[in-house]
Amino acid sequence: MLKLPIYLDNNATTPMDPRVLEAMTPYFLQHFGNAASRNHPFGWEAEEAVNYAREQVAKLIGADPKEIIFTSGATEADNLGIKGVYEMYASKGNHIITATTEHKAVLDTCKHIEKSGGEVTYLQVQPDGLIDLKELEAAIRPTTILIAIMYANNEIGTVMPIREISAIARKHGALLFTDATQAVGKIPVDVNKDGIDLMAFTAHKMYGPKGVGALYVRRKNPRVKVTAQMDGGGHERGMRSGTLNVPGIVGFGKACELCLQDLEADTNRISKLRDKLENALLLLEEAYVNGSREHRLPHVTNISFKHVEGEGLLMGFNKNIALSSGSACTSASLEPSYVLKALGLGDDLAHSSLRFGLSRFTTEEEIDYTVKAISETVIKLREMSPLWEMYKEGIDLTTIEWAAH
Amino acid sequence: MAYSEKVIDHYQNPKNVGTLDKSSKSVGTGLVGAPECGDVMRLQIEVDDTTGMITDAKFKTFGCGSAIASSSLATEWLKGKSVDEALKVDNMDFVEELNLPPVKIHCSVLAEDAIKAAINDYRIKNGKEAIKFEESLVH
Repeated sequence: MLKLPIYLDNNATTPMDPRVLEAMTPYFLQHFGNAASRNHPFGWEAEEAVNYAREQVAKLIGADPKEIIFTSGATEADNLGIKGVYEMYASKGNHIITATTEHKAVLDTCKHIEKSGGEVTYLQVQPDGLIDLKELEAAIRPTTILIAIMYANNEIGTVMPIREISAIARKHGALLFTDATQAVGKIPVDVNKDGIDLMAFTAHKMYGPKGVGALYVRRKNPRVKVTAQMDGGGHERGMRSGTLNVPGIVGFGKACELCLQDLEADTNRISKLRDKLENALLLLEEAYVNGSREHRLPHVTNISFKHVEGEGLLMGFNKNIALSSGSACTSASLEPSYVLKALGLGDDLAHSSLRFGLSRFTTEEEIDYTVKAISETVIKLREMSPLWEMYKEGIDLTTIEWAAH
Repeated sequence: MAYSEKVIDHYQNPKNVGTLDKSSKSVGTGLVGAPECGDVMRLQIEVDDTTGMITDAKFKTFGCGSAIASSSLATEWLKGKSVDEALKVDNMDFVEELNLPPVKIHCSVLAEDAIKAAINDYRIKNGKEAIKFEESLVH
């Protein structure tokens, strides 16, 4: 039975897996201890649970448990990883390389560093959303201490060539930080095979709870250190003070275990549904996929429907289907998605985009319903769109002098 | 973000969607906004030359629900009004009627601009001078 509303905004957050909740429950009321309490069973239980979760998390990404620093989420891990390296390696240099399509948690962290005297290069991306490796290598300076490139993009799902990027970083003695928030649990990520030095990720994008994430910090070849960004009790090997969120961490661990166990089966099933959705929507005229279709997360697609506006489009079905749009009509700036613009998309196409993120819980019935609802709305709104009428009359919209406001 | 019931009603059942013959002397066309801003409104009025009354109005809009609702409402208001009365329609009338939140005020401004642009187009076609309007504040 089809249950409405349908949730297809899984890049924003995923629902929690009931098995995760089950694992967490005892740690609220029964085993509520502080993992740093060394002198009684309450503390011991909590510490044991955290250690077990640390192993589960580490295993998913091929790391050693000692390399996992628990945080409040990916934003904190991004801040700790980037600012922490910038401060720790100040004697080696002050230059960071990142890309224009990074998440705001990375971009704004880099801007913060610029204000405090650091230098940052923002690489442009190619129309498929990937960076040009030659440009990356050319941007490296003797003072480059860090390359911060995301594993997979949150809006278009594009997967960066992390292994090639890490090879370049190694060659020039720079560290590689990657925001892998969208990738971990969805595609195989292995910090050693991929050559990653620092990596941010979070539980709530992989069927775990909100409010808990991790920073992976390499301990061997090379041994990486970050300067703590919060002062306090010296938890997490001095890198992140603050009482550990034990139930959250237990849930994060369980979520990682489930992702490791189900990754292949989930990916096969979800990518088939994604392809079905995408192919059906591309049957509409003037519909385009944004970003690389080849190097992409299996559960994501981002499609522009030319000559209809994204927010108006969402309104046609958002009571029943939860999605997000690259249009920013609601924001005061009226600026559409900077990620889509970075691909070289015109503002009009960026305003016309929808982002679909499927999950482990998405069903074929939901996809069929979504295809029908969106197709009908696109057709209806095009009937109402002056741009569509002009396009149909063969008028080149770029030749019109718009009274831009 | 919740839309008001009136916005939803106009969005679901838009009034007067369509196209009038823009080459006709009795038709005035206003095309305002820009695709890169995410809103384009085209508002058309048909005027009875002898009475100066607006006998028909049509719109097509590329934009969010509030932009569609504002233009749909504009056509409803314009029909049966004289051109002079139509000039008095103010953007705040749309804000009040549709209960638009602050981030959507630009939709109402666009609708007011579309009305003025359509009237001016009609005036020019009929040998009258275009009326100069003050620049809208929200642009």
